[in-house]
Amino acid sequence: MPQKKQLLDLQFIDARHKLLDLAAFLDRMDRAAGDDDFRLAALRSALPVLLESRGDRARAILEAMSDPSTEPIPQAKRQGAYGAPPPADF
Amino acid sequence: MRYIEPHAHMVSRTTDDYQKLALAGCEALCEPAFWAGFDRSSAQGFYDYFRQLTEYEPKRAAKFGIRHFCWLCINPKEADDPVFAREVMALIPDFIRCGNVLGIGEIGFNKNTRNEQAIFEEHVQIALDHDLPVLIHTPHLEDKLKGTRLTLESLANFSKLDRSRVIIDHVEEHTVTMVLDAGYWAGMTLYPESKCSLDRAIDMLEVHGPERLWLNSACDWGVSDPLAVPQCALRMKSRGHLADAVERVIYGNPREFLSQSPRFAL
Repeated sequence: MPQKKQLLDLQFIDARHKLLDLAAFLDRMDRAAGDDDFRLAALRSALPVLLESRGDRARAILEAMSDPSTEPIPQAKRQGAYGAPPPADF
Repeated sequence: MRYIEPHAHMVSRTTDDYQKLALAGCEALCEPAFWAGFDRSSAQGFYDYFRQLTEYEPKRAAKFGIRHFCWLCINPKEADDPVFAREVMALIPDFIRCGNVLGIGEIGFNKNTRNEQAIFEEHVQIALDHDLPVLIHTPHLEDKLKGTRLTLESLANFSKLDRSRVIIDHVEEHTVTMVLDAGYWAGMTLYPESKCSLDRAIDMLEVHGPERLWLNSACDWGVSDPLAVPQCALRMKSRGHLADAVERVIYGNPREFLSQSPRFAL
């Protein structure tokens, strides 16, 4: 396992870059016209996980953006996926 | 550096990619049957596809000194029509005897439907009937967690299934533990936008250890990198992993799992 200083030397600039990209995406969404949808809401609701003191933030964010149901559905409405569970009427 | 690419859809890639794989040290690659980006209009389309996987691609790979193996099935995205799916599955026994066929895959769920579940379980039974290993796809994005749970529930119904001969692919941080704890192998797919980044895959190796884990690019017609496995090996080295540990993950582990198929040889 690498040391903290080694990881900072290797990856801090990359993490900073990704954080800025996320911030800029949220700014861009604020400037854009029209309505957003469940995807932006899912992203916003997952953001507080980043500030929690826990060792499984990636897992928690993936779980927060997953379909919580447990039973197979009768029929698919679509083949693809969105990255966050859509509302039932979507 | 030598490595095995255990999951690549080379029918979607150029010959230049074979050259790059060979230059990077790829000794063998495995191509699961998959969705071509569109739905085929007939089972005959799969017959041609299975011929491509068993006849044409091995020759294309051999020009670059790479051994080519494949897995057969109807993929989960086209498995929601059970009548059509069973027409395709009826073709499989004719191809199972081909020299580069390792087993049944990549089967599983896409949108987590009842029909997908039925076809998945019928595929598992084909594998059991022919004593073959199984490669399982798990769904994308928001469907992965539920689909992985349903996969494990279905597999638990097969009492004669040897779990060490089953790999459940495309795991991420929220699914890797349940797959490994149940005794299956787990595959981590390195994608630029979805599934695992290089660093997240290495994180999972560091947290869970290298036992029953492999890395793959799953390169196909979408945004993907056929050199993702050697890229990840390079990143492992930059994070302080020793050469032996890297080789175990990119060569030893896939060889160990794949050698359970009598067709696999380097």
